[in-house]
Amino acid sequence: MAQTLLTFPKGGIHPPESKELTEKLPIEPGPAPKEVDILLAQHFGAPCKPLVKKKAEVKEGDLIGEVEAGLGANIHASVSGTVKNIGKAPHPVSVSAPAVTIQVDDHAEPPSYHPRDWSPLTKEELLDAVKQAGIVGIGGAGFPTHVKLSPPSQARVDTLILNGAECEPYLTTDHRLMLEHSREIVEGAKIILTILGISTCHVGIEANKMDAVEAMNRAIAEAKLNGFTIRVDPLQVKYPQGSEKQLIQSVTGRKVPGFGLPFDVGVIVQNVGTTKAIYDAVVLGKPLYEKVITVSGRGINRPANLLVKIGTRISDIVEHLGGIKPGLAKVVLGGPMMGFAVPSFDVPVTKTTSGILFLTEDEIDTSSHGQCIRCGWCLQACPMGLSPNEIGIYVEAGRAEDTSQFGVFECFECGCCAFVCPAKRPLVQFIRLAKSKAKK
Amino acid sequence: MKQETLQRNLPTPLAVSVSPHIRSEESVEKIMWTVVACLLPPLILSIFIFGIQTLIITAISVASCVATEAITQKLLHRPITIKDGSAVITGLLLAYIIPPGVPYWMPILGAVMAIYVAKHLLGGIGFNIFNPALIGRAFLVATFPVAMTSAWLPPIKHGSVFQYMGSGVDAVSTATPLFILKHYGISGVIEKFGSLHSIYGSFFVGWRPGCIGETSALLLLVGGGYLLYKRYITWHIPVSMIGTIAILTWSFGGEKLFTGDPLLAILSGGVMLGALFMATDYVTSPSQPTGKILFGIGAGALTVLIRLKGGYPEGVCYAILLMNPLTPAFEQWFGPKRFAPPKGAAK
Repeated sequence: MAQTLLTFPKGGIHPPESKELTEKLPIEPGPAPKEVDILLAQHFGAPCKPLVKKKAEVKEGDLIGEVEAGLGANIHASVSGTVKNIGKAPHPVSVSAPAVTIQVDDHAEPPSYHPRDWSPLTKEELLDAVKQAGIVGIGGAGFPTHVKLSPPSQARVDTLILNGAECEPYLTTDHRLMLEHSREIVEGAKIILTILGISTCHVGIEANKMDAVEAMNRAIAEAKLNGFTIRVDPLQVKYPQGSEKQLIQSVTGRKVPGFGLPFDVGVIVQNVGTTKAIYDAVVLGKPLYEKVITVSGRGINRPANLLVKIGTRISDIVEHLGGIKPGLAKVVLGGPMMGFAVPSFDVPVTKTTSGILFLTEDEIDTSSHGQCIRCGWCLQACPMGLSPNEIGIYVEAGRAEDTSQFGVFECFECGCCAFVCPAKRPLVQFIRLAKSKAKK
Repeated sequence: MKQETLQRNLPTPLAVSVSPHIRSEESVEKIMWTVVACLLPPLILSIFIFGIQTLIITAISVASCVATEAITQKLLHRPITIKDGSAVITGLLLAYIIPPGVPYWMPILGAVMAIYVAKHLLGGIGFNIFNPALIGRAFLVATFPVAMTSAWLPPIKHGSVFQYMGSGVDAVSTATPLFILKHYGISGVIEKFGSLHSIYGSFFVGWRPGCIGETSALLLLVGGGYLLYKRYITWHIPVSMIGTIAILTWSFGGEKLFTGDPLLAILSGGVMLGALFMATDYVTSPSQPTGKILFGIGAGALTVLIRLKGGYPEGVCYAILLMNPLTPAFEQWFGPKRFAPPKGAAK
């Protein structure tokens, strides 16, 4: 059926997808590590306060960290074992962060979860279940979900959008989740609609995953919708189709204003992985302590989609997949466009890790950069209509304070500009520098 | 480095740099050298029209541009970037817009003016205001007006490619079509070059006096077409510039209103070379659609104004030079459309 694919009108790029490495591989269990480092900061907000002390015995699913003040989400043990240390562990962005290290007890009995009927639960009880389970935006931002699902009363939210775009190259977690857990995702959507008190849900899926589109359509057709409308919208394959503002514009035509949030235009967006985690929390009573990640790139021996325990170190995953290949040049947590390069294999997986990419020399680009030749390709590629070329020139000239006129605070660092730049200028790096110095 | 790697128990050093970690295949070198390749067919044709002289002049121009760039960057303590091909393009374009019969030292002077003054003293690539090759030519025209307006070579006969070797300004001079058009009108052109139909044919393919780059519209269109296909240039500037020249010449270029010859206007002189390869220079022209169209219209209008009312028979060079300084303003006025700027934000 020839369906017009929705998309956003301005900007975007078409990087090579590289999804063939893992898109056909079903989700498999990750490694059984000897130790895990569970970071106490895995969300948008301040780090959690640890609730356990050294030598304490913990069971898989126990609450081990809770929010002290402000924005945050609960943290649970992903394994049963003994707390070895409460100290610091490597963090992909902040170099090191507070963490609880647990020595795993291999012989412990894993907890069992049984589905229950959630229809008698009130909105408040459903929301509380989401909060207790420590659910955050799994797509990468890590925003505490129970906060997102309580928009201010003056925001007239009428639409829920499930984000199944997965526009970053290499990553296939959401793809596999939609293929293998479509019913749970649909049920999770119903739970979110109940919490929000609305009835319309769109599921945005890029057209390079038509099998996922079909799987979701089947699950929707089989589900008892009870007055809810859930519709799948296939989207054009374009990066950054999965970016919140671009997704909302593609699906509804509404534009979130600069410095605004989706609820300003009546929309709430949730990643399909987060939706499944909500299902797990409400229906199974299972907190968020494991997630699916894509391990890919030509530098790893066996690419895979793994269900890993939070806190598993990269080194354990490397060993589980048969080691690295010669020619490995860079290890990235996340996607290749917005992910973080890490300097060692000691970094642990967190709730917001979507993938680990082992990239070889010919998959990356380390050329040095030249002067801006004013080709204007970055202006065309930027989905927000900003001027990365000017920001870069101003930063290099020592005038970063004057860059807000070029939209530097509306930039969400998607990387389209740096991708297309023929002079290989590190535009995202210039923009990050400018953000720290520019006068608002 | 190796010590550090071992301390972290890493089997191999890892690059740690800021996202994005993948880049497009395009690069400045790729763009520039593709443009060079697209500019070579007219040169090869010119050897058969005017003889080996054209190759010598071009080689001198390119070598001088590259050498000037290397020396300038060394003296200014900047990284030497001659490998990117931009100096080669300037060398080719400079050679293509001077009469092929000039003495060999003239392109060297033009190259120094173009690269040292117009490009690097104004900030280097990305910062120069004026198209360097055009400044080179403008300087030569101002300083050596006789040679620069009369050292033309008539097309050679029967492939005697070495006919004009060693000739200087006193070479057999002949007039270009635009010169004749200005001073003797269209009847003069027909008298000298044959019927209008054969003129269109020969001008399109390239068989008539002029600068190397002015002769073959056909080959220039092929080269420009490839750049369009690669999306290195867009249609906006060429179409608006050529279109404006055609419309304005048709309107005002004849004896009476609307009796001018638009086809002759766009096939003669530097219109094709200018519209496709010079007005589209990234650094000195706007990068967004609206700015590009206005730039093209302005360059076209100024070309016709100079041709019809100015002292020179050809106006493309000055028309583009006059539009170049407007580029920063156009970039600011006609910038990209913001997705959804915050209320009260500075535009």
